[in-house]
Amino acid sequence: MELEALSPQHDYLRIQKKFPTVWCPGCGIGTVMSAIIRAIHELGINKNNIALISGIGCSSRMPIYVDFNTLHTTHGRALPFATGIKMVRPDMKVIVVSGDGDALAIGGNHFIHACRRNIDISMILINNYIYGMTGGQVSPTTPLNSYAHTAPYGSIDPPFDAVNLASSAGATYVARGTTYHIVQTSKYIKKSLEHKGFSMVEVISQCPVLYGRLNDYKTAVKMLYRQKEQAVMLKAWEKLSPEERVDKYPIGEFVENTDRQEYTKTYAELSKQVREEATNGKD
Amino acid sequence: MAKKPEIKGTAQFLQGNEAVVEAAIAAGCSFFAGYPITPSTEIAEGCAEKLPLVGGAFIQMEDEIASIAAIIGASLAGAKAMTATSGPGFSLMQENLGFAYIAEVPIVITNVMRGGPSTGLPTKVSQSDVMQARWGTHGDYTPIVITPSSVQEVFDLTIHAFNCSEMLNTPVILLLDEILGHMRERIIIPDTEDIKIENRKYPSVPPEFYKPYSNTPSKVSEFVAFGEGYRYNVTGLTHDEFGFPTSVPGEVEQMLTKLRRKIHTHRKEVILYEEEYMEDATYAVISYGTSARAAMSAVRKARAHGVKAGLLKLKTIWPFPGRKVYQIASSVKGILVAEMNMGQMIREVDRYAMGQCKVAGAFRYDGLVIEPDEIYEKLLELRATK
Ligand code: SF4
Repeated sequence: MELEALSPQHDYLRIQKKFPTVWCPGCGIGTVMSAIIRAIHELGINKNNIALISGIGCSSRMPIYVDFNTLHTTHGRALPFATGIKMVRPDMKVIVVSGDGDALAIGGNHFIHACRRNIDISMILINNYIYGMTGGQVSPTTPLNSYAHTAPYGSIDPPFDAVNLASSAGATYVARGTTYHIVQTSKYIKKSLEHKGFSMVEVISQCPVLYGRLNDYKTAVKMLYRQKEQAVMLKAWEKLSPEERVDKYPIGEFVENTDRQEYTKTYAELSKQVREEATNGKD
Repeated sequence: MAKKPEIKGTAQFLQGNEAVVEAAIAAGCSFFAGYPITPSTEIAEGCAEKLPLVGGAFIQMEDEIASIAAIIGASLAGAKAMTATSGPGFSLMQENLGFAYIAEVPIVITNVMRGGPSTGLPTKVSQSDVMQARWGTHGDYTPIVITPSSVQEVFDLTIHAFNCSEMLNTPVILLLDEILGHMRERIIIPDTEDIKIENRKYPSVPPEFYKPYSNTPSKVSEFVAFGEGYRYNVTGLTHDEFGFPTSVPGEVEQMLTKLRRKIHTHRKEVILYEEEYMEDATYAVISYGTSARAAMSAVRKARAHGVKAGLLKLKTIWPFPGRKVYQIASSVKGILVAEMNMGQMIREVDRYAMGQCKVAGAFRYDGLVIEPDEIYEKLLELRATK
């Protein structure tokens, strides 16, 4: 069978060059990759006009497999690299793919400042509660009392909520989905790509090989069922009592703000104005 | 050395830091990302004011790590880009500086040196980042580091820094020091048509044949920006000619060798220095940056007192002009290295002198500028030693 005939997805993958991927069987990252591609395909964005940037970690390997302008940077730093690209080419679609350790630990400062500026970057934060690439250490989203190789007696560090963090730091589109609810998640990704401003879509994903194994969810299927049990649509979540919320989290769209102007647009306007004033001799 | 021809252009009275801004824009720089730090801040301020006027862009980032990341991104998107900092910020930039070496991204980093380690002496002069500029980030690589010694040279060598980075797809470090950054001098800004500008080489092949890291005979690959229809991968991992990660030993070795050879193949264009009174010198002073000015006065004083002294002023300290130093060491009785640190460049001078002559240092590291008389005294001491 011709490769092209397999699925429209293959048009967006470096299928002849770099496959198979480094990801373990059952990993959720590939599911997120295909959700991103589906969103891009549905929007009909030209591949030449997309820059996909990542940092370091399992999810940050994605640039290698997708056929865009791709940049695999240093740990936690994808957002400032992406900021430089977007400032020079505001016409390009700039997508950042990051993991929980990459975005919220080493890259936490860059994350809040990118939210604050409201620069038009779509950030897809794949949260699997653990450092996968280095072999299963505790991350800033590891739930309390969960196990990791650097939390052999259970984690005592309270986890970050990426949605709350992005919302309060000023991101103008914020959503959360899961790899179980992937069709819905792909819609959020699509909306984030259409949104003018900084958007963050957190995708709860499964790492069966490390997080799952260390925490008694030994298969990907078990982990996906766990997502189904824990994730509650925002509307339903709002009606839950504190007791009912224990061990659950809301999914859906949390922020959708179109009032704040996007950063590169503001810079372009300012720049035009100072140039006009300079030619008109004012100061 | 032949006398320099008169430069035509416009006279201006500028601070070193201001000259960096003027020269960067003249070289085609259209993007600056930075973080405030003494004594380099005027460069960020100047770029914030001037870049929008020429259709470029400025952004103040959340730290120095982000600043260098942003200029690498900007360069990949097609802009000539620069950041400016000082010691502590330069330390933070080392991580992504390594990225720019391995990913072969042209950028310019200006480091206006102050005293260290750590917060050290923010407002005082020093030249103690010579070795950090050479070895600061981990791994094997060949940096280009430029050291002007007057405001005119700041202008001319900032252009050189951009040209080297564009010619060779590599980061270039422009090392100023606090005095040079803040000192004002009259300089001539050459007419635009007299400024030689280099630009990265656009691919000569269509996208399907393009290899962003092709191992050409000159070791310099053709480099096209993102968004031009050539979709390729850039990574900080060791990579093959397509930019895809590899750990195949042969490919790893080829990539690392290419990084070194592309600089060494072009060392004649990159390495700049000046010699004064060297024709008949029996003692040579080797210096760079602000120290070279004091060294020049010391050499003149020595000549006035009948000592045949000469000066080798380095404008490019890395790659080090080792052959030149070897040749000088073979023709003089002694070499004195004048620098404002506890002796960094002297190690390299010593390595290339190879025991052919005496080597001594005139060092100052108390935050004050090295004076001609200190260098002169050291020269007399050197002459007196066996
Ligand atoms: S270690 Fe976990 S996150 Fe990483 S590829 Fe394997 S399953 Fe996926």
